[in-house]
Amino acid sequence: MMNSVVAIEGLRVVRGGRPVLDGLDVAIGPGVTGLLGPSGCGKSTLLRSIVGVQRVAAGAVTVLGEPAGSRPLRERVGYQTQSASMYDDLTVLENLRFFARVLGLPPPAAEEALAAVDLGGHRDGVVGRLSGGQRSRVGLAVALLGAPDLLVLDEPTVGLDPVLRRDLWALFHRIADAGTAVLVSSHVMDEAERCDALLLMRAGRIIAHGTPAEIKESQGAADIESAFLALVEQGDAA
Amino acid sequence: MTPRVTVAIAVRVLTQLRRDHRTLAMLLVLPCLLQALLWWIFQDTPLVFDRIGPALLAIFPFFVMFLVTSITTLRERSGGTLERLFTMPMGRLDFLGGYALAFGAVAAVQAALAAGVAIGLLDLDLRGPDVLLVVVGVADAVLGTALGLFVSAFARTEFQAVQFLPAVVVPQILLCGLIVPRDRLPQVLEAVANVLPLTWAVDAMEHLATTTRTGEVWRDVGIVVAFALAALALGAATLRRRTD
Ligand SMILES: Nc1ncnc2c1ncn2[C@@H]1O[C@H](COP(=O)(O)OP(=O)(O)OP(=O)(O)O)[C@@H](O)[C@H]1O
Ligand SMILES: [Mg+2]
Repeated sequence: MMNSVVAIEGLRVVRGGRPVLDGLDVAIGPGVTGLLGPSGCGKSTLLRSIVGVQRVAAGAVTVLGEPAGSRPLRERVGYQTQSASMYDDLTVLENLRFFARVLGLPPPAAEEALAAVDLGGHRDGVVGRLSGGQRSRVGLAVALLGAPDLLVLDEPTVGLDPVLRRDLWALFHRIADAGTAVLVSSHVMDEAERCDALLLMRAGRIIAHGTPAEIKESQGAADIESAFLALVEQGDAA
Repeated sequence: MTPRVTVAIAVRVLTQLRRDHRTLAMLLVLPCLLQALLWWIFQDTPLVFDRIGPALLAIFPFFVMFLVTSITTLRERSGGTLERLFTMPMGRLDFLGGYALAFGAVAAVQAALAAGVAIGLLDLDLRGPDVLLVVVGVADAVLGTALGLFVSAFARTEFQAVQFLPAVVVPQILLCGLIVPRDRLPQVLEAVANVLPLTWAVDAMEHLATTTRTGEVWRDVGIVVAFALAALALGAATLRRRTD
């Protein structure tokens, strides 16, 4: 627990009058951690709690030793929301420069982040006219600004082609190797194998936590999808 | 509040406006054109134009700033950019201040243009100093911006945001003294008019038109600014870092 990047205890979140997370405990370490679960299970809610924009009913969320969302964390945590969250009428570079200024970074930071996601060629393109995959990468570039210690990415690879997805996962690992903890959500089970650690989530609960190999072994399953289904059946039987 | 962040937001809002030629035209050119249209309508009755011309100089900036701000801030709320900004070192006063600064600057240009057209081309008769016309215009526009920011919290779609125009702005236009001078309104309506901010912006313009004394104008500007600050405070209360 001591050197976990994110520590969550007894997290309870109510949305629209319904408990979405109810007494969730989890500790997330360095490396690339995948948060996997079906649509509506509460992934975005959990990530929003970690970056400190979700109203929580109870529990403690500690990030890098500080309470989630507290002032010192706002330069140390990069966040990409599930939607692109950029200004469609501005160019790629103008978007990045703006967020860099808010973070108090010098102008070259914007170009560096663009280079990292391999979008230098589109720097003067208006964001509203980019393809879905390009937009998603601009969003990622914004999250990368200022070399954060924790990167929280909400479904950054959804709807992308296989080549781009492979490239992005390679990028996540390069970022993690450089010392940034990366937390990525997805509802596509076949992305699980690319993670160092996995959190399987269902209906607001973490039903498994470990390396992909550990989770498969514990269920005697050939792949994560089968392991997930086995875990779901056990949960329903109990 | 961090000046660096406030200015960054103001510059960004202005850059977005510069991209959007149609909105820019609505902010800067349309008030002048509407002013000219009215002058034309009342060509044979110039006394009427002299009476309602100043009121219009107060109403236009309020109207268009309210419209543009309520839509743009709604986009920030629903598009996720506000959420992203709240995970960064941005305070809500930076956000409000950035918008007020950007639209205040646009308002200064708008007021100068509209006043220039009204006085220079359309022979609007004005006793008070021209500069004050711009001061009132800016206070007025910031009021529109502040109210627009506030009401955007109560709309979920742009369609709903536009509906605040007839609900929040039109009653103020009807009661501000444009149609019937305030002291000739039924007593209850006069009392209502007296607590509506636009009334005081129009009052300031009317004083500028009719007297050279500026005391009342400054008092009115003070009232408008107080309303704008109150609306900004209400707006700040609707901007939450943590949402449901
Ligand atoms: N703004 C909201 N108001 C009320 N309820 C909400 C809101 N957003 C989400 N919910 C509810 O909270 C639950 C969890 O939503 P969440 O967005 O965290 O799911 P998710 O796992 O991220 O799904 P997806 O994979 O589709 O993005 C859902 O049942 C949803 O209906
Ligand atoms: Mg989600």
